[in-house]
Amino acid sequence: MKEPIISIRHVYFRYPEQQSDALHDISLDVAQGEWLAIVGHNGSGKSTLAKMLNGLHYPREGEVMISGFPLKEEYVWEIRRRLGMVFQNPDNQFVGTTVQDDVAFGLENNGVPHDIMVRRVEESLQRVGMLDFLNQEPHHLSGGQKQRVAIAGVIALQPDIILLDEATSMLDPLGREEVLSTVRELKEEQKLTVISITHDLEEAARADRIIVLNQGSVYHEGTPDDIFQMNKELIQLGLDVPFPIKLGEALRRQGFDIQGGHLTEEELVRELWTSNFKK
Amino acid sequence: MDIQLQEVEYRYAAGTPFERLALKDVSFTIPEGRFVAIIGHTGSGKSTIIQHLNALLRPTKGKVVIGGRVVSADKKEKNLKEIRKKVGIVFQFPEHQLFEETVEKDIMYGPMNFGVSEEEARDRARGLIEKVGLPDSVLEKSPFDLSGGQMRRVAIAGVLAMEPDVLVLDEPTAGLDPRGRKEIMDMFYALHKEKGLSTVLVTHSMEDAAFYADDMVVMHKGSVCMQGTPRELFSRPEELASYGLSVPEVIRFQQKFEELSGMKLARPCLTIEELAEELSRLRDWGGGS
Repeated sequence: MKEPIISIRHVYFRYPEQQSDALHDISLDVAQGEWLAIVGHNGSGKSTLAKMLNGLHYPREGEVMISGFPLKEEYVWEIRRRLGMVFQNPDNQFVGTTVQDDVAFGLENNGVPHDIMVRRVEESLQRVGMLDFLNQEPHHLSGGQKQRVAIAGVIALQPDIILLDEATSMLDPLGREEVLSTVRELKEEQKLTVISITHDLEEAARADRIIVLNQGSVYHEGTPDDIFQMNKELIQLGLDVPFPIKLGEALRRQGFDIQGGHLTEEELVRELWTSNFKK
Repeated sequence: MDIQLQEVEYRYAAGTPFERLALKDVSFTIPEGRFVAIIGHTGSGKSTIIQHLNALLRPTKGKVVIGGRVVSADKKEKNLKEIRKKVGIVFQFPEHQLFEETVEKDIMYGPMNFGVSEEEARDRARGLIEKVGLPDSVLEKSPFDLSGGQMRRVAIAGVLAMEPDVLVLDEPTAGLDPRGRKEIMDMFYALHKEKGLSTVLVTHSMEDAAFYADDMVVMHKGSVCMQGTPRELFSRPEELASYGLSVPEVIRFQQKFEELSGMKLARPCLTIEELAEELSRLRDWGGGS
């Protein structure tokens, strides 16, 4: 494996006045250019980890390196320039009065010269497919559109890593699809590293690798295929199993010939048809 | 207690340059004891409707009849407290409204405001804490020491403590993990059945609408564009798509199968089990071989 872009070594963290650790001996690496999903139930530590990666919390013990910088107060601004976050609620992260002002906000804060700024705002909005909305006010946008603007605001700063902290959980299914396919394209075009923190397994299924957190520790790690084989165990962890896997099981119970766990509906529908009907 | 909306129109900031038409000619009924899901794209008017259900907003035209009481533009309704006591609303992210020193006091606040005695309110708080899936020990804690999911449950208990006849839920499970989501929805459904409540659920989740609702109302640009049972509406996927809405996963899968096979299932299926059964019926009765 190449030099990881994020490395976390034996990290512990506890909130003030709490009896137990929110993060307990976490170690993990994130490779440059990969899409890593971190899943876990509410309270499993995933949001705490997200906040740590953005320098909102510091580990009590252990070490974190992000894009070549150790997670320490003196490097926090360097780190924040390289790791951009998209939060859950589209309405809480809109600061500009128009779409372009909103994207320009971060650039202005970073002292980017005006002519470069104008160009970057346009480029970023182009990339997320929101260029036509340059002068729109936020309340005219759908949730999915707002999140795409938030992503534009992040990529305008040309980060190495984009962290989605439950960024699709308040969107309707179409909005979620909009956002995730935008992220997929960006990742491919710009070699961005993507970390998505989520309990939506359809979102996690798009990642290259999934880490399951439970009670502040890494519980399991693997490809989406590996993780979804855990099946009932995922439900015990407060998570769910993707729809095609659940349906595949129900079909087997009805005596259908269905092999293995399918992660997409297309795979399942094809197998259902070819091995059970088309004879 | 029925709630009827009759040709309701609502304009925000009526008579000002900022006037905006939010609801237009909206009519539907929430019959007593039914579970009604309201769905629609962001900005379709769902939240504005909710605020009409307990007279937080008064229509600018038309009327809302809430258990026999009429709320309309020209009628200045005096005692709205009675209505608000009967129609409990769980707003989005209700945990943001917690404010008391302890969980118990927070749950007691609503009923005491409506004239329930302190003792009675305390009894209700104690009875409800378990119902929403929290241990008794949290009653003495500050709500702000709880996790987000626990705070949500406390806020819900606060609405239930008013013992409403109609329960209105605006995206009650947004942001919860799958287990939390299922627990909360199952709890609402159990209450709905047990107490014969009327329940109104505003949701993005077509799965929840399919699973829990008796009736569905689809909103688009401030008007009702479709109405019917989940089975009726989900058999019209193209129409739903034209309003920017999707169908539940089971229905989508059924569509894909029908497209590939050229066969048709007897009816739109709303659960995984139902779909698996219908498919096996199709196979056994001559779909295959």
